[in-house]
Amino acid sequence: MLVSITGLFAEPWVLTLLKVVCLFAVVMPMVAYAVVAERRISAWIQDRVGPNRVGIPFTNIKLFGLGQPLADGLKALVKEDLTPAHVRRVFYWLAPAVAMVPSFVVLAVVPFGSMLGSQRMVIANLDVGILFTFGIVSLGVYGVVLAGYASNSKYPFLGGIRSTAQMISYEIAMGLAVVPVFMLVGDLNLGSVIDYQRGGAWLLFKQPLAFAIFLIAIFAETNRLPFDLPESETELVAGYNTEYSSMRFALFFMGEYAAMIAGSALMVVLFCGGWMLPLGDYFNTPAQSLGQGLVHIAVFIAKTAMFLGLMIWVRWMLPRFRYDQLMNIGWKRFLPLSLANIILTAIVLWVMHS
Amino acid sequence: MEGTLFNIFAGLAVLSALLVVANPFSRNPVTSALFLVTTMISISGLFVLLNAYFLAAVQILVYAGAVMVLFLFVIMLLDLREGARRKLNLVSLAMGLMAVGALFLVYKSSIDTTYGEVAQRHEGAADTGQAEAAQAKVVGSTRALGQALFSVEKGFILPFEIVSILLLVAMVGVILLSRKEPR
Repeated sequence: MLVSITGLFAEPWVLTLLKVVCLFAVVMPMVAYAVVAERRISAWIQDRVGPNRVGIPFTNIKLFGLGQPLADGLKALVKEDLTPAHVRRVFYWLAPAVAMVPSFVVLAVVPFGSMLGSQRMVIANLDVGILFTFGIVSLGVYGVVLAGYASNSKYPFLGGIRSTAQMISYEIAMGLAVVPVFMLVGDLNLGSVIDYQRGGAWLLFKQPLAFAIFLIAIFAETNRLPFDLPESETELVAGYNTEYSSMRFALFFMGEYAAMIAGSALMVVLFCGGWMLPLGDYFNTPAQSLGQGLVHIAVFIAKTAMFLGLMIWVRWMLPRFRYDQLMNIGWKRFLPLSLANIILTAIVLWVMHS
Repeated sequence: MEGTLFNIFAGLAVLSALLVVANPFSRNPVTSALFLVTTMISISGLFVLLNAYFLAAVQILVYAGAVMVLFLFVIMLLDLREGARRKLNLVSLAMGLMAVGALFLVYKSSIDTTYGEVAQRHEGAADTGQAEAAQAKVVGSTRALGQALFSVEKGFILPFEIVSILLLVAMVGVILLSRKEPR
């Protein structure tokens, strides 16, 4: 029996399946607790208390409100699943699922650690990693657009239209911003990008402009403030998810946070050295032991969590852009800036090589 | 395994392409656009099976991610109603059939030449299996594609630049057409 189990673990598809399951087991709680963090941090910034009551169910242990995701999830699940009479039914059912999927697919190519045993800690080690990522990220817009179209009423429709224009505009800036990164690395594989940053040579310092544009474009891609025009509450009620309730709304909500996690993970890989820390060989060479491998994964998760914290913090500190300002920044500032950055990097590389 | 995957992707591509133009359940333009998206994604799956990872990624990025989103944008903005059944126009039917026939001839000739080359290579190389596999890997890689596109020796740089200029002309044309007249 034991032999057959170890034999099973030698099969590549079993290991891949195991990695997928583990990724879900880590990312779903991260989504849940990102929501709690969002609520607590917003309360903190606005000098409120925030949700601090829910602890372990059926006891009096409060745990600083860490039980909140359980309560929220239960509420979303048992609430009546309402389908308004005027919606376009099939699209209405399809949209929340479409909104949820791309963020998880993106995580498939992100190297979230070095090695664990003899396994590389990435689900799909693609040679065109970053192109695949951008391809899947660009599919994320369908969830919002379909929701807007399916709801068949004014505010969601406006939200859907806005999001199409916004996400397409910022995708271009985002794609062009990372081109210099790959000119330096010389490879599209995300693992090579991390290898290039070994020993603290983070691309954040070499390409600060690319990092800034990418960071802001991620804010726009995930529809977060200051770019949350698709759902801006003060003018569009709630934008594309106005007509949704209960679990369907929760799926949109979770999709937004999953997209934030995927974006943060990408920023960590591309600009902040992935699982590496400039603290000696232990944090810079692929892991030899299980413990070291787990430490590397923990480093990666900690870095991702820091970017998540940044996104939450920014949301509660900055006001929303006006729509024409949003378009102006995207097309008239970021596009020329990232093009100039590409040309500058090319010239520097050419001078250094000749 | 690869055969099964090919059947799945090819079947999906053909089925959803059919549903784009002749959907018995719905004549909603948005439905058609979404089936076109699944067609594009299936085709990129076929590219993956051919080891052309770069093409597969770009297929999703450009067609599914950008072009089709703009299609949806336009459909939603114009708020197209369900299309009425059009009567068949004899002239346009003939033109369409001619275009399909011409496309088929192009495909057939290109497939014939490719298979001819492969057969020749099989005769030439002793350890054909490994050489073929290595060749396929190299052909699909991003680096090889870039070198082929931009090298002067292989001669693809001129067509590439011509296509770029064509795109530029189209872009300038669009801007000119959509510009509001100065008063």
